[in-house]
Amino acid sequence: MSGSEKAVATDEQPVLEVRDLYVNFAGRVGLIAGLLGQEATMARAVDGVNLVLHRGEVLALAGESGCGKTTLARTVMGLQEPERGQILHEGNPLRKKDLHSYRRRVQMVFQDPTAALNPRQTIYEIVAEGLRIHHVAGNEEELVASALSRAGLRPPQRFFLLYPHELSGGQRQRVVIAGALALDPEVIVADEPVSSLDASVRGEILKLLMELRDTLQISILVVTHDLGLAWTVADRVAVMYLGRIVEIGPAEDVLTKPLHPYTQALLDVVPEAGGIERPILAGEPPDPTRIPPGCRFHPRCPVVASGVAAQVKIEERCRGEDLGLAELRRGHFAACHHAAIQGSQP
Amino acid sequence: MSLLSVKDLTVVYKTQGGGVPAVRGVDLDVRKGEVLGLAGESGCGKSTIGGAILRLLPKGTEIAGQVLLDNEDVLEMRPGRLRAVRWAGASIVFQGAMHALNPVQRVGDQIAEAIVIHQQAGQKEALVRVGALLEQVGLPTRRMNDYAHELSGGQKQRVMIAMALACDPSLVIADEPTTALDVMVQAQVLRLLKELQRDLGLAMLFITHDLSVLVEVSDRLAIMYAGKIVEDGLAQQVFYEPQHPYTRALSAAFPAIGDVRFRRAPSGLGGDPPDPQQIPPGCSFHPRCPVAFDDCSRVEPWLFPAGEGRRAACLLVEGALQRAKGDGP
Repeated sequence: MSGSEKAVATDEQPVLEVRDLYVNFAGRVGLIAGLLGQEATMARAVDGVNLVLHRGEVLALAGESGCGKTTLARTVMGLQEPERGQILHEGNPLRKKDLHSYRRRVQMVFQDPTAALNPRQTIYEIVAEGLRIHHVAGNEEELVASALSRAGLRPPQRFFLLYPHELSGGQRQRVVIAGALALDPEVIVADEPVSSLDASVRGEILKLLMELRDTLQISILVVTHDLGLAWTVADRVAVMYLGRIVEIGPAEDVLTKPLHPYTQALLDVVPEAGGIERPILAGEPPDPTRIPPGCRFHPRCPVVASGVAAQVKIEERCRGEDLGLAELRRGHFAACHHAAIQGSQP
Repeated sequence: MSLLSVKDLTVVYKTQGGGVPAVRGVDLDVRKGEVLGLAGESGCGKSTIGGAILRLLPKGTEIAGQVLLDNEDVLEMRPGRLRAVRWAGASIVFQGAMHALNPVQRVGDQIAEAIVIHQQAGQKEALVRVGALLEQVGLPTRRMNDYAHELSGGQKQRVMIAMALACDPSLVIADEPTTALDVMVQAQVLRLLKELQRDLGLAMLFITHDLSVLVEVSDRLAIMYAGKIVEDGLAQQVFYEPQHPYTRALSAAFPAIGDVRFRRAPSGLGGDPPDPQQIPPGCSFHPRCPVAFDDCSRVEPWLFPAGEGRRAACLLVEGALQRAKGDGP
């Protein structure tokens, strides 16, 4: 369980910790159905997540759409109220009254910079806005210039009076990052930071995020569906499925020696030459309003479908016994009955 | 022999700010049963080529050159002939197919419509064919009675593929057919397309910005930049041993997981693709090129032979500079 993961982390206080987090969304009920007493279906978007983010760490959170990764990121930002569970910032539980100061320390970078920037504000105004909201002391112009320049927009003065539409996609994303940097954050939560950018510019933005980590020791939580991106930037990778983290560990281990069959399935569908024959999970993305009993992955699990689970006599557990993460290799956790018994064999 | 042969195609969009040259002299060949992948960033002109082949571009757009489909120039066709060729000769699977289906018509009827019009079939006959088509794309026949909103994204894309196949075309143009789909569904749709292409011996022009998808489905690849093809050749060679610095950058954006060269080492290009109305002189890529030298801003390269079956428009290709300077103005 997550207890052991915490134990690994105790040598240093994590910047951010997510403890036993649950987020639900109620579906809509029609008027008549409501009068007849029908209850709304609950989507369990985040369904018991434990996670720590260390100082200066890049953690990638990966999974299919609908797995809850964006909801988790939004909850970490305080943009979404959890049903249960806690977010701890440097060991202190986050309370509503602390949100304002918390958001200065933890900044978010969204997927689409064009949507995230106010088209009627100059770049200067956009970057200065956060400084004003948080009453940051100091020379505003210098702070804005320094943020722009750290985000790679140099010389910064040249950008002050421009509007977002005068910049390219890559530059716009740099403005978003500059807005975050102006407040000297400890953590940046980046939700698909490059997926709306052209392929040739993506690398530059990722390089910038890596530099921020190296020079400023900023911790970065990258939400992405792209495992190639995780391989390029992440120290650790967490794989989410139906609201839970099903595997987490060092990027090298998770991406090259995955323990969970779902992680393997995700790796199998990364396009590559001649890869058209590899196995693909059947079915559509899973539905968070109907989380299966037992291991939540079992209806799509190739280990169950191929009969391997039955052979090693764990099929019943796969179908009936829900399980949490277990540390199967050093620092590498997975929630899989099959991986667990394999790990215990000599 | 080439089924589709595009010769010196130029396309200029008319806007209030003057003409915008989106395609600036492109030659392409797709042989029978072959998949040609066309890659490039947004704005490079790749979708415009797809549209130009079937003359689907906005009225007033200037198109010059030749688009030979089975030796017949599509650009010269009369409206009646053009209608016959669309769907039956060549069909297209669009980007954002999610929104291409009519929401108030059953999907089966939408597919049948194309069959009735193009093959002079009766409604009943057409619906039998629709059933067969749906099974071919992996959907149960009864799905023909569904409306678009009853289908998931992957299923809608399957319906679009069935529709593209409805009149037995010999060429299918697939323009970003998997872009909006989730990773797992994308893999399913790609496999379906590839299987259909193989089984039916289709020729396919596969257009996307995602080079990793292209290398998986294509036989040959053509890379576009600023309205021109800058490199072409066998798919795997172009992807794994790119000759043009732009292809190299594009290819590096799709790292191989497990390859230590990419680990913690993101790489990309500075700058952005040029404004089509202000294409830089010389090589259009030179302002962003990490290996550009003096001549690059003066001499415009064309596709030089760069190994067997390969061409690249770069002055660094062996012998290119001499040829460019000798032949050039």
